[in-house]
Parts: sequence; C-alpha cells; structure tokens
Amino acid sequence: MNNPPDVAQDPKEYEEYAHGIRKHVRGYLLVGAILLTFTAVTVALSYVNFGTQKANIGIAMLVATIKAACVAAVFMHLAAEKRLIYRVLIFTGFFVLGLFWLTFLAWYNPIVR
Amino acid sequence: MEIPYTISTRPDTGLWNAKIGIWLFLASEVMLFGGLFSAYVFLRLDAQPGEWPHGLLNVPIGTMNTAILILSSVTVVLAWAALKMRRYNAYWWYMLATILCGVIFLFVKLYFEWPQKFSHYGVFLKPEAREKYEQYLGNHRREEKGLESRIEITGHLENHEALTDPNIKEYEIAMDPVNANPDSPAMDRPHFIPLPATDKVAKIEKEDVERISSFGPWHSAYFASYFTITGLHGAHVLGGVLVFLYMWLPVSKKVYQRNPEHLANRVEVSGLFWHFVDLVWIFVFPLFYLL
Repeated sequence: MNNPPDVAQDPKEYEEYAHGIRKHVRGYLLVGAILLTFTAVTVALSYVNFGTQKANIGIAMLVATIKAACVAAVFMHLAAEKRLIYRVLIFTGFFVLGLFWLTFLAWYNPIVR
Repeated sequence: MEIPYTISTRPDTGLWNAKIGIWLFLASEVMLFGGLFSAYVFLRLDAQPGEWPHGLLNVPIGTMNTAILILSSVTVVLAWAALKMRRYNAYWWYMLATILCGVIFLFVKLYFEWPQKFSHYGVFLKPEAREKYEQYLGNHRREEKGLESRIEITGHLENHEALTDPNIKEYEIAMDPVNANPDSPAMDRPHFIPLPATDKVAKIEKEDVERISSFGPWHSAYFASYFTITGLHGAHVLGGVLVFLYMWLPVSKKVYQRNPEHLANRVEVSGLFWHFVDLVWIFVFPLFYLL
C-alpha cells in the first residue's frame, strides 16, 4: 500500500486528494480488523496441542510476525518509504539478529554447559 | 531561528528531519527490547523441567488489553489521516480515543493485573519432600503421561504471619484449583477463564519448603522477565499518552492554525512510536500470557 499523497495546495484539487486519503482510511480499518481477528486466532491456537511446546511457540510467533508485519507495512507506512529509512532498518535488523546469535552461542557454549 | 525541514523535506534525504529522527530512535528501541527478549529466550531455554510457569496470567484481560492497543493504533492513524484532510474536529476525537485507550491499558495493568500478583503465593517444595505432598501435586499421574513434574503449590497465603514468625511451623495455603484437584486432566492445560483459588487449605511444613514467594519479580525468571518487559512497555505507553495529550490540548491547535501540515507531521512521528509500542506488545502477549 502506498502512502497517502501530500496534501494538495490547490483547493480545486482538494476533493480528489481527500478521496485518496479516504481510500487509505478504509485500508487502515481493514488492517485493524485483521489484527483483532489474528489476536483471537493466536489465543485459540494456544489451546490447541501441536505435539510439542516448541511447535506451539513456533506457530504463535508466526502469527505474531504476520501481525507485526501488518502494523509495520500499513500503519507505519513501511510498504512504501524512502530508501534512507530502509537502510536504517537493515542495519537494525543486522544488529538485532547478531544479538540473538550471541544468545544462541551462549546457550551452546560447551565450556559452561 | 526557525528549525529547518520540520515540514518540507530535505533535498538529499527526501524526508523531513523528525521522521529520520524517530526512525533512528526506534532502531535503538529495537535493540533495547531485543536485548530483553534475548534474555527471555536464554532464561526460558535454561529453565529446568517444571520451572517455567504456565497459566499464571489472566488471558481474557491480556486479550482485552491487546485489542485496546490495536484499537488505539487504528485511532492514531485515523487522527493523522483526519489532519491530512484538514478535519480538526475528527482529529480531536480520534486523538481523545487514542489517549483513553492508553489510559485504560495502563489502568488495567497497574490497578488490576500487577497488584493481583503480589497477593498470590507460590510454595516451592524441597525435592525430597514432594512425595509427601503428592495429593496436591499429582506428579505420579503426570509422570505416567510424560508431563513435567509440579514443584510448587500455589494459592492465597492464609497465615501471613508465618512469613516472619519462626514459632509458626507451617504455611496455610488456600490452593489454586491446579493443586486442589491435581489429578484432573482439566488441570493439565491452563484455562482461558482463570479459576479462583479454592477454599481447600494445604498445610505445608516450613522444613519441607525450599522457598516461598509472592508472584513478584523475585518469584522466578518468568516473573522477573514479565515485570521487566511489561514494566518497560508500560513506561512507553505512559510516554506516548503524555505526548498525545500535549497534541490534543488547545496549545496544539495553534500549531494547526499556523500550519496544519506541521501538526500532521508531529502526529505522524508520535504515531510511529505508538505503533512500535503496539508491535512490541504483539510479541509480549503470546510469549507471557499464552505459551
């Protein structure tokens, strides 16, 4: 979903502009409804036994990731943002993955375990 | 001197400055919460069988709070869209709804969820004493079914004076249903609607107790990470509510009257922060309440 366009300075163009914004508003309401539905799905799935606790955690995290992607893409307008912001986020992703990688290394450290 | 690029975009970045600022700030926030989630993963992996509690939080309340945060994310983006369409009255109402959602979220957390935990107790039994309390633990059946052993009896402490008086030799606990009826298959999984503590009282000798604790951060690694992460998250919600309050008050109407796009940009950056707070909760909710 693209971001809403900048406001029209020319009053004649305003109605067309407002129509464009209203289309985005419908998108925001739809995503809100999807997020609420997925919250109910997350709760329901947590009471289903998928065999192991790891499987249950994996499925719940998958649903949470889909919800987070909806928030980031639509509400935070990341679906269509400027290149500089993507660059910042690529660095962030790299470092946060590094952080979890350190946790992984600590868990499998043969010296202390 | 006027601050440049608060409304118009910089030619080199294509962005106005506050937008780059908020994204850099959110990047640092990702690292902050990432560190805490990383610690959570480590603590959870390191927990011994039966040590990581399940079903101790109120799922309907957590679900309601999740829905409230999602609703507030919708209202804040609608507030921003209303400003873009130059509908100040609609903006005012959407912003009020966002503020109320944030306040309700905090109220539920601070006046309902957290205090309940501090009046609920868990008694960790010494390994050699667990057989003596088998009627409250139901571990024989759990072992047959391949389930983790229970190591704790939970409920309301009836004789608080036992915590400080060395002459009192036992704790009296009005047990939770999970210990009052431990062999029921219904107790193998947490309930969606939390069951209240029963009036069945267990008398547990102090010499059999490894540790007794309320459900505060000192209870377990689970509650330590729960209070740390939800506390930090709650502080973010409070910060967001205060910023929104400023933007809702008449002082911001002056900004709108001077240049509506300036207020729209302010709402956009604070909205980005609010969506991030919502995004963190999307992971907090299943990890602590459901799994």
